Amino acid sequence: MKALRIISRNIRDSFKSVLRNFSLSLASISCITITLIVVAISLILSYNVNNFTELVEKDVTIVTFLDVNVTEQDRQLILKEIKKIDNIENIEFESKMAISKEMMESSEVFKNIMSDWTEGESPLQDTFLVKVKDIKKIGETANKIGKIEKVSVVKYGEGMIEQLVSIFDIVKNACVVIVIALIVVTAFLIANTIKITIYSRRKEIEIMRLVGASNINIKIPFIIEGLFLGILGSIIPIIALIYSYSTIYEHFDGQLFSPFIRLVSPTPFIYFVSLVLLVIGVLVGMFGSWRAVKKYLKI
Amino acid sequence: MDLIRICNVKKTYKTGVTAVHEMSLEIGKGDFVFIIGSTGCGKSTLIKMLYREEKPTSGKILIGGLDVGKLRNNKVYKLRRKIGVVFQDFKLLNKTTVYENVAFALEVLGLPKSEIHAKVLKVLDLVGLKNKANNYPTQLSGGEQQRVAIARSIVNGPKLLICDEPTGNLDKVTSMEIMNVLEEINKMGTTVIMVTHDTDIVARMKKRVILLDSGRILKDYEKGTYVNESIKDNK
Repeated sequence: MKALRIISRNIRDSFKSVLRNFSLSLASISCITITLIVVAISLILSYNVNNFTELVEKDVTIVTFLDVNVTEQDRQLILKEIKKIDNIENIEFESKMAISKEMMESSEVFKNIMSDWTEGESPLQDTFLVKVKDIKKIGETANKIGKIEKVSVVKYGEGMIEQLVSIFDIVKNACVVIVIALIVVTAFLIANTIKITIYSRRKEIEIMRLVGASNINIKIPFIIEGLFLGILGSIIPIIALIYSYSTIYEHFDGQLFSPFIRLVSPTPFIYFVSLVLLVIGVLVGMFGSWRAVKKYLKI
Repeated sequence: MDLIRICNVKKTYKTGVTAVHEMSLEIGKGDFVFIIGSTGCGKSTLIKMLYREEKPTSGKILIGGLDVGKLRNNKVYKLRRKIGVVFQDFKLLNKTTVYENVAFALEVLGLPKSEIHAKVLKVLDLVGLKNKANNYPTQLSGGEQQRVAIARSIVNGPKLLICDEPTGNLDKVTSMEIMNVLEEINKMGTTVIMVTHDTDIVARMKKRVILLDSGRILKDYEKGTYVNESIKDNK
């Protein structure tokens, strides 16, 4: 009962104190708002880059052409050999008849030429479409497949894929570093802003000590106040994020410049990012207040 | 029985200045004691050690059996809840009302609202400010502000009230009003220790007076034996 009373009183007092020190609260809130907007932008960018690179990586396939005259038995043997390589995600077989059918459907010219080919006459080759687990090792894997008997050629966009992968890697790592750095910088920036605002209230802390408030008693209202500041500070970034991302997504029809670059669909993505922003705001607000008060509790 | 027992207390600041030398002193329950002396004689340091704003370098301070010098920083609040402190500059929260300022001391104890309400009104009545409960400190005169500070310091019924020059910012008439309030509180059984420069007040009140000089007790006047001239003689 006593604890409940103290907690409810603390919540009430913290709320009052946000209002009573409104100009100072506003300083902390706007600091949180601005930095959270920057964090939101970098989160969205890095998440989209990540999403895009993953999509591209999923699309990359090693096309394994078999010799023209392979038998069913050979195919089984080759399949077995490919499966033995560890970096294999999945294998799809496409017979030369399936390929020719596909080609005939795509163009009239092909249809005229290919329609009377039988399986034996077809110059096309049976293929295995192989997807890999780790795209960085694609060259090595392709080499191993190429060495299997009765495999004629292996193609996977050599050179270009390696370059693309290394660029994606750099971009991904850079995004992670930027987001983490931003969050850390935000935390300290907000902590310092709150410290300055609490500096002007050290008389209040002194009086609290004087009338016999325990250290926890003094800290809690300030920490709850930090929590309020965090919530208030994250409102604008969250609204801005939800509104602007949905608008951008609709405006570009979910793709940037070409169908190749797909944006992450807004739901549930924006709600997830909103939650992250709220949590960062609240934690950083509480952390800032806690650090600031701690300084004035030493004698 | 003694409420406060000070044994061979010495206080040396980090700067190397020794403010209090090997001082021993007893103050009984229900006493009213003035501590006087020229600036820098160690009287502020002495009372700061009583409410544990400073720690004695050596020696022992017992208040109601509690060894104040050994109290850890995070346990100081336990002492502060048993004593009231009043300052020259009132130390009120100007953004909260008179009522809230006084209630604050009880809220930290976690008392129920109804009990706080009753106690605050009672103590405001005692200091004669019941009708100003909803005013803000800045709307009050100096004397009234000091009475709010006194109300706050005694609202939780402390055994000891420490006053650090409570009349320092007030004129003679208002000072006497404050002294009357303090005497009233003392009559109710609270021990009062007051540091002051105002020897007129001290002479008029006829209480025990402890005269300090350079960190030592120069003279300990029994109740009613102090006369105004003594401080001039000693200078």
